[in-house]
Amino acid sequence: MMKYLDEFRDPGVATALVGRIRDAASRLDRPVKLMEICGSHTVAIFRTGIKSLLPENITLVSGPGCPVCVTAMDDMDRMIALADPAVGGKSIIATFGDMLRVPGTWTSLESRRAEGADVRVTTTPLDAVQWAREEPGRPVVFLGVGFETTSPTIAASVLRARQSGLDNFTVYPAFKLLPPALTALLEAPDVALDGFLCPGHVSVMLGAAAYRPFASRYGKPCVIAGFEPLDILHGISMLCDMLADNLHEVRNSYGRAVTQQGNTKAMETLMEVFEPCDTPWRGLGIIPGSGLSFRGEFADFDAVRRFGLSSVPVGTEPAGCACGQVLRGNMDPPQCPLFASACTPESPVGSCMVSSEGSCAAWYRYST
Amino acid sequence: MCIAVPGRVTGIDDLNMATVDFGGTEKVASADLVPDICVGDYVLVHAGFIINVLDEEDALETLELFRQYMETLQDDEVP
Ligand code: SF4
Repeated sequence: MMKYLDEFRDPGVATALVGRIRDAASRLDRPVKLMEICGSHTVAIFRTGIKSLLPENITLVSGPGCPVCVTAMDDMDRMIALADPAVGGKSIIATFGDMLRVPGTWTSLESRRAEGADVRVTTTPLDAVQWAREEPGRPVVFLGVGFETTSPTIAASVLRARQSGLDNFTVYPAFKLLPPALTALLEAPDVALDGFLCPGHVSVMLGAAAYRPFASRYGKPCVIAGFEPLDILHGISMLCDMLADNLHEVRNSYGRAVTQQGNTKAMETLMEVFEPCDTPWRGLGIIPGSGLSFRGEFADFDAVRRFGLSSVPVGTEPAGCACGQVLRGNMDPPQCPLFASACTPESPVGSCMVSSEGSCAAWYRYST
Repeated sequence: MCIAVPGRVTGIDDLNMATVDFGGTEKVASADLVPDICVGDYVLVHAGFIINVLDEEDALETLELFRQYMETLQDDEVP
């Protein structure tokens, strides 16, 4: 028995929760569209078949919460360029595994690795700090993708590298902040959403209070949910209850992990090293204050500054890829003309098909 | 990519690195992002870092709520 996991997978409770969702749905006077923001929710929803249990008037769409999927083509191209000896020298490129196969405009990290570049996959930035320690003569670049769950771990790794006096550890900062993206979605004229299933682990860091503006200013109910099947069903049930009762509040169904104020130490660590900046998202364009750049005193850790990447040409998004519409919840992947024909997980066209948490990959794996 | 896994802290060293037991497999995780961790705490680990301490009381409350939902369901089913 795994504590905190198995208790949240009980099929009997799942049936009861589905019943509650149906009750609430029967009280709704219109069809509603809920967005699960987080890629890990998308995968869990597909894996457990939750979509098929929902009444007809409740639609779940995936949002822009897969960090690899929302990485802009320019950032992708520049990160891949670092694996080119002419740009990155003899650097060690350290990355989370999902980045490996994402196609840039010209090539991918995986192809660069096959050509001899030292591209190493890891699950923690601390490994990259260790590699920098072991080979002081070689620059190590950690490809910094992720939301508020992940970016503080990389900020803390930068602090550890500084403490150890390492001058060869750097990070390419392609991080994304979630709340500005939600604001951008809600401000977009073509996006119509009724509520948000908020990401459990981003919220561990941010705290439940971070969603208040979306409930109060935009009138969208928000429920923070964990990743076990009962967590997700409970979250959807709470959202439907609020919609049926015409309430728009922030509720937390993941109280065992998420507090009101979040992990303030992690957020302080993040903001000690980085500061918010405007940044481009795939499919969503530039969103003000939604990225992170190094603060001046940490400039030596900035791979962009170290390697002068301005020589990397401006890339282009793959023709015909509808990732932008998919990431905004405007289109289901099968509606993309390339889905399952030109674009498959084996030969992906867009990032939403590459990442295991991408919406296109999840649809392909579980619905075709 | 934001997946975090629950485990139990079994030790902490001088470098603020904790040993965490995930149902029989032990791994090392940094405690840099949490203020104070004690041996025996249940924590979530993401990308090699402990990101919080799980609140047992709250977990039990949620499970109790779920139990009540199940009971209501069973009562409804009784003709
Ligand atoms: S199916 Fe492929 S081409 Fe179409 S939106 Fe998804 S990733 Fe892009």
